[in-house]
Amino acid sequence: MPEPESTQPDPVIALRGATATLGARPVLRGIDLTVHRGEVAALLGANGSGKSTAVRSVIGQVPLTGGSVELFGTPLRRFRSWARIGYVPQRTTAASGVPATIREVVSAGRLSRTKLGLLRKADRAAVDRAIALVGLADRAGDSVSALSGGQHQRVLIARALAAEPELLIMDEPMAGVDLASQEILAETLREQVASGTTVLLVLHELGPLEPLIDRAIVLRDGCVMHDGPPPKAVGQHALPGHDHVHPHAASEPVRTGLLT
Amino acid sequence: MEFLQPPFMQRALLAAVLVGVIAPAVGIYLVQRRQALMGDGIGHIAMTGVGLGFLLSTSPVWMATAVAVVGSIVMELVRWYGRTRGDIALAMLFYGGMAGGVLLINLSDTGSNANLTSYLFGSLSTVSSEDITAICLLAAFVLLVTLGLRRQLFAVSQDEEFARVTGLPVRALNLLIAVTAAVTVTVAMRVVGLLLVSALMVVPVAAAQQISKSFKVTFVLSVVIGTAVTLAGTVTSYYQDVPPGATIVLLAIGVFVVLTLLATPLARRRARSSDTVSAECTLEGETPEVPAARPATNGVRV
Repeated sequence: MPEPESTQPDPVIALRGATATLGARPVLRGIDLTVHRGEVAALLGANGSGKSTAVRSVIGQVPLTGGSVELFGTPLRRFRSWARIGYVPQRTTAASGVPATIREVVSAGRLSRTKLGLLRKADRAAVDRAIALVGLADRAGDSVSALSGGQHQRVLIARALAAEPELLIMDEPMAGVDLASQEILAETLREQVASGTTVLLVLHELGPLEPLIDRAIVLRDGCVMHDGPPPKAVGQHALPGHDHVHPHAASEPVRTGLLT
Repeated sequence: MEFLQPPFMQRALLAAVLVGVIAPAVGIYLVQRRQALMGDGIGHIAMTGVGLGFLLSTSPVWMATAVAVVGSIVMELVRWYGRTRGDIALAMLFYGGMAGGVLLINLSDTGSNANLTSYLFGSLSTVSSEDITAICLLAAFVLLVTLGLRRQLFAVSQDEEFARVTGLPVRALNLLIAVTAAVTVTVAMRVVGLLLVSALMVVPVAAAQQISKSFKVTFVLSVVIGTAVTLAGTVTSYYQDVPPGATIVLLAIGVFVVLTLLATPLARRRARSSDTVSAECTLEGETPEVPAARPATNGVRV
């Protein structure tokens, strides 16, 4: 499928002929993916289709065995302005081995905008704004371990928004989130898109985000099968209550410590 | 305050306070990364350093520091590259370090198992003024790292993958945590001994997090607990003939038990006070996703 003509000289994300392997198994088999400024693109596909790997290769979490990645027109190897990117990894929890408040976790997302990790007044204000965006302002001082699954996702998204990024990359932000929280997340995202943020997200199903999505890229066995307007969900997948169990990334912290 | 008179006691107390401060300050990042037992592993490796120090007739403290730092870097490398059999490689490192220490110390002329025991379980009363200089220097380094880079270290320990996307030098910071932990182990070696070092890094943090809900409070509280138990343990061992290291660790565990018992009523009170707040922020209040009732279309009533 030909790329749409763009008035912007540099696409925000340009993935060219990307190949990647996990162990000996090829996961990506030559993927082209271009996301332009202001676009909301969704990567869809079954478990194991390579959509998560594709997104993680864009930000250098998975090394490519072939092809190239450019972010804002800069090859990934030389890309340094990480504050322009907000990343929501695939997680079911925002907690770690030590208690931390919502504000502390979200502040970590602001580090890319600070010098030597010093949070100035403007930085603190940005953190509070990000927490308010996901509707957790009144709980900013609470421990993240006291939150529900949907609230964990909202904290992770607030952390990505704290840097006020131009590009949001989200890996299954709706996994394990109930419908009510999905609506709040969709509303947050709508505001971001309205202010010109580019979004690339991995989704298992479109759900409440459907009206926001300009483009859907469907992967199967590491190849792009569809690139265009989002497909209509059919059958059981279209039902709002459709549930699925998704595999967790290998890098996800595993609770093995003695004290947790 | 009679225990403050003898010079050996002054040195012992100074060493104890420094260790009480820095051990939890490093330990909190290890606990956050769920690597609570890493300090223990480094302690085993440091034994080879102690043995090497005796064999080469150099200062065991500096030799242990050097070997522990190298060992912690190797452990970090194993974590990067040896994903599948990482635990096995670490076990090799732990027990290899221990066996190496015992072997080397027996090969040396000056060393004996009695000497080794003082490093295994600590011997506060024999801390010399050179030891104090070394301990002060190393403790200053550890404090500088754990306080100065607390935001970066927090981010890396909380979520490594996310930290990489914020542009933090994740590998360098991981190495820094490992090296800092190694330095802490060798500093604490004289106070609580290599076998109990890890306890002082982990138990105060575990105790503090029973009653705190933020990282900041956990940090401050664990340092306070660490300092309190090391001081109390040292003074106790001056009056009663008990080994300071073991006393300190048991006191720390005692604090953990007390705070755990306190935690339940505290959490209940907290929940009660936040009840009023949470009543206003339920999801249903913000998004009425379920209509109250569907209007009957054909006048059917139940």
